[in-house]
Amino acid sequence: MSGTLPHLETQNLSAYYGTTQALEDVSIVIPRHQITMIIGPSGCGKTTLLKCLNRFIELEENARVEGKVLLDGENIYSPTVDVTEVRKKSGLLAQRPYPLPMSIFDNVAYGLRIHRLRSRHELNQAVQQYLQVAGLWEEVKDRLHCPASQLSIGQQQRLCLARGLAVEPEIILGDEPTSALDPVSAQHIERRLIELKERYTIVLVSHILRQARRLADYVIFMYMGKVIEAGPAHQVFNYPQHERTRAYLSGEF
Amino acid sequence: MSGFSLSTPQSAVTRSYRSQFDRLIRRMFWAFSALPLFLAVSILSALWVKSQPILVAHPLAELLLGSAWKPQRGEFGFLPFISGTIWVTVVALVIAVPVCLLTAIYLSEYASGRLQRLIKPLLDLLAAIPSVIYGVWGVLVIGPWVQHSIAPFLSQWSHIFPIFTATNPTGYSILAGGMVLAVMIAPFMIAIAYEVFQTVPLGLRQASLALGATRWQTVKYAVLPKAISGIVASLILGCSRALGETMAVLMVVGNVPQIPRSIFDAAYPLPALIANNYGEMMSIPLYDAALMTASLTLLVMVLGLNLFSILTLRHVLREKK
Repeated sequence: MSGTLPHLETQNLSAYYGTTQALEDVSIVIPRHQITMIIGPSGCGKTTLLKCLNRFIELEENARVEGKVLLDGENIYSPTVDVTEVRKKSGLLAQRPYPLPMSIFDNVAYGLRIHRLRSRHELNQAVQQYLQVAGLWEEVKDRLHCPASQLSIGQQQRLCLARGLAVEPEIILGDEPTSALDPVSAQHIERRLIELKERYTIVLVSHILRQARRLADYVIFMYMGKVIEAGPAHQVFNYPQHERTRAYLSGEF
Repeated sequence: MSGFSLSTPQSAVTRSYRSQFDRLIRRMFWAFSALPLFLAVSILSALWVKSQPILVAHPLAELLLGSAWKPQRGEFGFLPFISGTIWVTVVALVIAVPVCLLTAIYLSEYASGRLQRLIKPLLDLLAAIPSVIYGVWGVLVIGPWVQHSIAPFLSQWSHIFPIFTATNPTGYSILAGGMVLAVMIAPFMIAIAYEVFQTVPLGLRQASLALGATRWQTVKYAVLPKAISGIVASLILGCSRALGETMAVLMVVGNVPQIPRSIFDAAYPLPALIANNYGEMMSIPLYDAALMTASLTLLVMVLGLNLFSILTLRHVLREKK
């Protein structure tokens, strides 16, 4: 992985909810086309860090951010940056799927339509392509115009993946994207993510250590709003440098 | 051993006493829940019985579709009152619905938490103003405004839109009634629509925003479709309040029993008819029964609207699932 520039980078990033500090001086790099996993006990700031990466933090009441998040070297918090462009570049997989109140087809086409792609032919093609990438095409190709809410929750999560990929992001952000799914559906999603890292930079938040060991190429361990340790997965898992990381990995908290 | 005393006959008696008491409580709650239904039925049947004299003397169609209201001559046509009610309600809705929807959207989707906490109680305060105060305000402010500004302005286009024809030298008109009514039903519509928007999960908005949608696209494609059934319900609730509102409307609407042709005509809605005349001129034959029939008509209109809305909602909800 030497030689590749970091795709995302944070510099002295701090986040506050009102007067509570949720992130403290976080400076990390997120390597391109790998799966980076942010791990740590609950309340350590994992999700807040993820929300800073697509400016979702701004949707929270009283939230305030200091520092920089660089996407390909450009600070996404700079006032000249259009927030919708930032979010278009990063697809989000939430903890549980939220299909939009429309058909399966329209869910995938939604992102394309709001970004002004209208041609029927191109839409059809894109919808099929991304449903295939998400591994859902075979299951839904005969009922593309049924409401998305009819799908099972695991299928819905793959639909959300397809919907996110359709706007051609560079980054996929996942906030415990398998936590609401049954084991088989979770495995489905994990397999997709491993395939997708060839073309996308993937950042996942997880509190499941086993999942992190399965998927991660790069690991960021957080505790109490700070990054304690970050590095390639084999290094962090096998030779943790920090006492806290060692304790967490051995299941002490 | 005393540890097994739970299975002795004595405790069995205790249990059955408890379950009897439970059954009693259950029946009591059932009775209380049935009370509203009983009230509705008893009101309906009382009105029905009291309207019998006129329903026997005149066919229902003649009453509902007759346009002459001359009680002294025994002519009781409700059409002016029914159409007056509908005109005033429709004008109120045309004014109130867009404003209420946009306000609710703004409050729920755009306004900061602080602003929401500031504005919501103010809206609730508006709902608490007695309707006679709205009526006085209508007479003092809205009536003259309609008379001096709106009627001369809109009537310029009366050759294109005949409903703008200025027919009435006073401000006491359907438009004045509709405007006062719009202000009165707005707090309810806004409050309910706001609550409906708040029930849309945050994750749905985030799903849309995460794709790079703007706030407005998110509202239009994600929030509104999800909330539509509740929004329709809130509008219909506002509508049935408007149909029944009495005091403020009768103070500004003019109260002339005619079939309106223009929003500047005076009208005479059903509630105003009942409130103005009940207890007076009771010596005229069948007058009492006619007013009861008017009440019954109003009640059936409101109940019908609510029933319609419930059925529509159920249909919409089923289709979405």
